[in-house]
Amino acid sequence: MAGADGDDSLYPIAVLIDELRNEDVQNDTETQLYSLKMYSIIHIFYNTIYDEDEVLLALAEQLGNFTMLVGGPEYVHCLLPPLESLATVEETVVRDKAVESLRKISQEHSPVDLEVHFEPLVKRLASGDWFTSRTSACGLFSVCYPRVSSTVKAEIRQHFRTLCSDDTPMVRRAAASKLGEFAKVLEPEYVKSDIISLFTALASDEQDSVRLLAVEACVSIATLLPQEDLETLVMPTLRQAAEDKSWRVRYMVADKFSELQKAVGSEITKNDLVPAFQNLLKDCEAEVRAAAANKVKEFCENLPEDNREQIIMTHILPCVKELVSDTNQHVKSALASVIMGLSTILGKDNTIEHLLPLFLAQLKDECPEVRLNIISNLDCVNEVIGIRQLSQSLLPAIVELAEDAKWRVRLAIIEYMPLLAGQLGVEFFDEKLNTLCMAWLIDHVYAIREAATCNLMKLVEKFGAEWAQNTIVPKVLGMANDPNYLHRMTTLFCINALSEACGQEITTKQMLPVVLKMSNDQVANVRFNVAKSLQKIGPVLDSNALQTEVKPVLEKLATDSDMDVKYFAQEAITLQS
Amino acid sequence: LSSTSTMETTNFSVPSAEKVDGFPRRSMRRARQRRSHSSSQFRYQSSQVELTPLPLLKDAPVAELHDLFCKKLQQCCVLFDFLDCVADLKGKEIKRAALNELVESVATSRGVLIEPLYPEAIKMISVNIFRTLPPSENPEFDPEEDEPTLEASWPHLQLVYEFFLRFLESPDFQPSMAKRYIDQKFVLQLLELFDSEDPREREYLKTILHRVYGKLLGLRAYIRKQINNIFLRFIYETEHFNGVAELLEILGSIINGFALPLKAEHKQFLVRVLIPLHTAKSLSIFHAQLAYCVVQFMEKDATVTEFIIRGLLKYWPKTCTQKEVMFLGEIEEILDVIEPSQFIRIQEPLFKQIAACISSPHFQVAERALYFWNNEYILSLIEENCQVILPLVFATLYRVSKEHWNQTIVSLIYNVLKTFMEMNSKLFDDLTASYKLPAAARLWRADRRTLAAGSGVPIATCLGFLFFASSLSHHHLFL
Repeated sequence: MAGADGDDSLYPIAVLIDELRNEDVQNDTETQLYSLKMYSIIHIFYNTIYDEDEVLLALAEQLGNFTMLVGGPEYVHCLLPPLESLATVEETVVRDKAVESLRKISQEHSPVDLEVHFEPLVKRLASGDWFTSRTSACGLFSVCYPRVSSTVKAEIRQHFRTLCSDDTPMVRRAAASKLGEFAKVLEPEYVKSDIISLFTALASDEQDSVRLLAVEACVSIATLLPQEDLETLVMPTLRQAAEDKSWRVRYMVADKFSELQKAVGSEITKNDLVPAFQNLLKDCEAEVRAAAANKVKEFCENLPEDNREQIIMTHILPCVKELVSDTNQHVKSALASVIMGLSTILGKDNTIEHLLPLFLAQLKDECPEVRLNIISNLDCVNEVIGIRQLSQSLLPAIVELAEDAKWRVRLAIIEYMPLLAGQLGVEFFDEKLNTLCMAWLIDHVYAIREAATCNLMKLVEKFGAEWAQNTIVPKVLGMANDPNYLHRMTTLFCINALSEACGQEITTKQMLPVVLKMSNDQVANVRFNVAKSLQKIGPVLDSNALQTEVKPVLEKLATDSDMDVKYFAQEAITLQS
Repeated sequence: LSSTSTMETTNFSVPSAEKVDGFPRRSMRRARQRRSHSSSQFRYQSSQVELTPLPLLKDAPVAELHDLFCKKLQQCCVLFDFLDCVADLKGKEIKRAALNELVESVATSRGVLIEPLYPEAIKMISVNIFRTLPPSENPEFDPEEDEPTLEASWPHLQLVYEFFLRFLESPDFQPSMAKRYIDQKFVLQLLELFDSEDPREREYLKTILHRVYGKLLGLRAYIRKQINNIFLRFIYETEHFNGVAELLEILGSIINGFALPLKAEHKQFLVRVLIPLHTAKSLSIFHAQLAYCVVQFMEKDATVTEFIIRGLLKYWPKTCTQKEVMFLGEIEEILDVIEPSQFIRIQEPLFKQIAACISSPHFQVAERALYFWNNEYILSLIEENCQVILPLVFATLYRVSKEHWNQTIVSLIYNVLKTFMEMNSKLFDDLTASYKLPAAARLWRADRRTLAAGSGVPIATCLGFLFFASSLSHHHLFL
């Protein structure tokens, strides 16, 4: 028993838990008693450990799942007091979790309980002294609004209105971030009469951190209103946000552009959003340009089909051309990650005439990330014009990335190799790229060697065993005699990866002898990797080879002087028998 | 024994300087040149006005002085692109000269500041300094490691700030006139500027806000409330604000002037803002100013001491030793001015924490805690309460003196033990005896277990040890 061992504060809990355990709950009174006791436990617990945020967080989360433990939905309201006080805690994560749990259990309240227990709690929080409780209240309006009577609804709307003009910016931020969600549960007439004025006020708040959250709400509000009202009710605010003096707000507009575009429909898009998008692409802050550049493809895709091509060619493409030579690398790399997608929208001729020069320019960009983003999206272009158009420029770009000083860049390009090989064909590959793939095997970073090994396997799966036998296998096996033990180990790793794809013939005849020979290596790491390799390639070999060749070597390794070699040899023997 | 990621030889064609590879090293990042940026505002001034030089203020006849002053103020509302350092050099020079003249005139001549100039002056200041700060060029900007990005338009901006400061400090300055233009909205924008990455700008802002707080009484409560909001946003939302140290510095002098008894608002500020500020990741940047504010509060009203120390103990760093050292430093500053009656209220939890710090494997933490015993005032407090404190720390001191890897710590502990022994040798002896007994008993229990397992250590050995241990006296400690 916890209480007996010194910490007296836990004693009452222990008693209660013990009682609960022995209780046989049969009727209502007993259930009620049960939930009362449960409630006491929660309370004692809450009061004992009230100042450890980590514990509070766990408590806030768990209480959301306690409905059945306190006796079912009938008694769920007894969870409200501890959650209410957790919802006023300063620590944001705790508070957010408490609100999440409150939202969850609000659904388990009957409509009556919701009005008797839950709604008063929301009101108390909404009129709390300290900003934390008012912030939490913002997240609770929308969950109870749909299920309460019209008088209470009016009160809730009033509370929300008050919080939207709270004098603490933290509360206004919370209200602004829940505005869209609240608008969704309101009756249409109140969306127009209440929400629009709140939206307009928040969108012109003195703090940019509030204004930018209103942009998010704009998406939900626009979807709720009939098309004919958008122009008068939403667009003035949206136009103003797109030209806000704070870059954070403009960034938000750029970031939400696709959603906004869908929400306002094609007519407004044509008249308003196209020029706004052009401005964002030309914004003076790189952050904004990058966010807008990220949306280029999506925006173009969602333009009304009838004059999509014309809009792109006359309005968007000129801006895109400028971005290709932007001064900021994040902007260029954001663009590079989507620009290839334009080719499917614009078709073959436009791609060759207008986009290809841009692709080529980006392939020669000084920033590796830009080049990488182009290369990683080659498949889109391949579908439209075929990769051959690019191959002349592609090769120097690939070679340069393959030798980049940053190993993460090298790693990224390796990962695209199988895809590139598939698109460029075996001939081009053998001629230009094969040496690169082999050079990676002796890179000085392990992660690169590992990726290179895996890359070989994928290439063999693509080009077949015969190709492997002629081009790769001899080179890989040659490394078994390298003076550097790390290179010798790479041979083993390659064999592990390739044996299955190469098949029994190649594995038994060419690879196995090399592996067996390496069992005499003077470096223990190589020897125990021999044991591991033998275990790996075992399934590919026939039983004859296993018995006559593999087994004796493993047995010898099992008596090795190095304990790791012994261990792995033993393991291989056990697994093969 | 597994594979490694470095190789002794490599024939891969990587430039040799990059052989080690990996990430840009800190030292390299630090060596990066100072960059400068300008605010987003420039682009928004669509039509560029051509400036023409005006006559000098000092040559103007008295009757035209104010008119000319006003014209110069208007001229200085034109903004220039400083990222393009060769653009419109003539205009830039005209504005710079005009600003210089304005500064000079406000600082030296009397009777210049007449009422109609107030709106013009405030307008000129607003147009120049209020701008949305650009995004940081280095998203992981670390104020301790990285060079800040400097404001490109500083040649003009500095003069505008200088003008503002002289304006506020001028003997002619009339708060009753200024308050119509320096209003809440103005102050809010001023406070937002404290997020500037440029330390020169924050330095000016600090002095200016201090003057505004001093002269415009009606704005005081509002300024305090907005600083509160900035801090709360910093603690609980963004964890990023460049001007925390400067704002705290202003607060340090504000706290000094609080009336007694402390208002609820001020106590709330201490408990809900200043103490939680200790949780910030970037504490080291503003810790000195924060500790100063905390100590100011204590000196103002000793009854807040318990709040403060319990608060610090609640937020005591669990994994960050660098912060732990800062906390210990702050505790020492607090103990330096603590009232003995307050000390008694918190000595127990406090010395439990200090004992925990002494046993920290990080020697700087242990060392910082042990330095408390070099502080005469703290030593006198400890001596007065030796009966309570010594039992709290004794076991730790004894154990760490035997175990700590760092010799400096071991010798510091010996000194502390010696001090205790001199303070109260009776208590010290009792504790020594009772500490050794349980230690011996533990050994005895462990031994009985091994006996049961059949290892056959003679039980007499343990008994002998027990006997030996209890006969030990503290003198052996210093042999």
